[in-house]
Amino acid sequence: MGMGSDMYRQQILDHYKNPRNYGEMEDPTFSHVGENPSCGDTIKVDVRLEDDGETIEYVSFTGDGCAISQASASLLSEKLQGTTLDELESMDTDDVTEMLGVDISPMRIKCAVLARQVAQDGAKLHEGELDDLDRTVTEE
Amino acid sequence: MSTQESYPIDVDAIREDFPILQRKIGGDVTVPGPSEDDDTPLVYLDNGATSQTPDQVVDAIADYYRTYNSNVHRGIHHLSQEASVAYENAHDRVAEFIGANGREEVVFTKNTTESENLVAYAWGLNELGPEDSVVLTQMEHHASLVTWQQIGKKTGADVRFIRVDEEGRLDMDHARELVDDSTKMVSVVHVSNTLGTVNPVSELADLAHDHGAYIFVDGAQSVPNRPVDVQDIDADFFAFSGHKMCGPTGIGVLYGKEEILEEMEPYLYGGEMIRRVSYDDASWEDLPWKFEAGTPVIAQGIALHAAIDYLDDIGMEKIQRHEEQLVEYAYDELTAFDDVEIYGPPGDDRGGLVAFNLDGVHAHDLSSIVNDYGVAIRAGDHCTQPLHDTLGVAASARASFYLYNTHEEIDVLVDAVDEARQLFG
Repeated sequence: MGMGSDMYRQQILDHYKNPRNYGEMEDPTFSHVGENPSCGDTIKVDVRLEDDGETIEYVSFTGDGCAISQASASLLSEKLQGTTLDELESMDTDDVTEMLGVDISPMRIKCAVLARQVAQDGAKLHEGELDDLDRTVTEE
Repeated sequence: MSTQESYPIDVDAIREDFPILQRKIGGDVTVPGPSEDDDTPLVYLDNGATSQTPDQVVDAIADYYRTYNSNVHRGIHHLSQEASVAYENAHDRVAEFIGANGREEVVFTKNTTESENLVAYAWGLNELGPEDSVVLTQMEHHASLVTWQQIGKKTGADVRFIRVDEEGRLDMDHARELVDDSTKMVSVVHVSNTLGTVNPVSELADLAHDHGAYIFVDGAQSVPNRPVDVQDIDADFFAFSGHKMCGPTGIGVLYGKEEILEEMEPYLYGGEMIRRVSYDDASWEDLPWKFEAGTPVIAQGIALHAAIDYLDDIGMEKIQRHEEQLVEYAYDELTAFDDVEIYGPPGDDRGGLVAFNLDGVHAHDLSSIVNDYGVAIRAGDHCTQPLHDTLGVAASARASFYLYNTHEEIDVLVDAVDEARQLFG
């Protein structure tokens, strides 16, 4: 057998077992939370911007849930560092699966995109493009 | 690892009736059906969600549509008569299968959930008030739990839940505390779709009747795999679904004692269920048609008849014994891993399913990994969210067995779980 589960290549398992940038930030520019009800995954993302108000200086996260959702948050936290809010907001589902480096089955896409969606909604709330969203809930 | 058990039924011959069990999986899931990219033999262990369909049942559906498709109880013409007789006979066959008195006590619905809602709306909304109570169990499926919870909100009736003990059994002392003279309905699951517990429904029926209450038994996980006699249980209502017992989707059954159904108002209005209609008023058709408004589930009802014939030919006692052998084996093999937790009673005292968690691995991850081995299991809350809250887990993985499953298939599952342990370990 030993197909070793394509979705669970070393990178995913590594980020699940040793999540990068895990923890609450003391001085975030903005924070946001979200959940994926189908797996019960939860993610909180903290983002600190540089003085220009555009460039992402540091991202951290906390959360609980399946390996796909947590590894995706860990990978995203690394990827976003040094990028801009515009780049964050233009990220689509393909960018997420490319970042994960594996094919995600249709039933698990919500897990994969949760962290990105939480970060994007957090950015929109920060910029005033969204108001009144307590919690992101994946719908995709 | 594998033990060659002597099966009470001819599993090899049975598997021949289910071509889907021969298929491989693994190709593009957005295109339904087999493809060249499929490379892994299917091991179907998600029978609690839906069972596979034997050729005999597929043929019954095809035969109906190819040779006597017609609306029932409408036309005088030949085809309509053929279809009507077959559809009515299907009610008789169901009645015989579950020990009902006759077709008057057998209503065809869409599924168990609709059967539950039929009684909740047609009886509950009219009969319940703030001084009344409805007693459920902590292990109810959402079909019963959400339905009575919401009827409770509409009527003011108190909705109570019998506790589940450490071993996954109902706390009957608590049941005797909760069911009192305010209780009008006790709605219980016969075999838990999560814990596998086989509940003492006769005892609960006596308890309900001692207090003048009705009992509704959800038999979605019992009728498919064991002999059931609704009069032995003394159930007032009993519900199950066709698609979990080799039948098609789109058909459920509501059994009700004739004198109770007779008193109940219809749930859906329209054609088929009426006798005489004027602009001002209408009168109702006899049972069971009073509860089957509109064009009913004709093909599905006829196919359910074929499914019952199929199961009965094999024998329900034998099917039950086969499932019990499988579940005991799966229980023992899985609990041999010290990081696997199975919920519910021991392996030698449960229905044919195991819901479990592997420590440190989310049930959805586990399901994804075993899928790569061709194994279909369910992962999630199995429509028992409050029970999962009680168990202290967000989700679990569930393997559920049926008459065509083998010990070798359970070995594939166990190997796949072991692979997941090593990947995540």
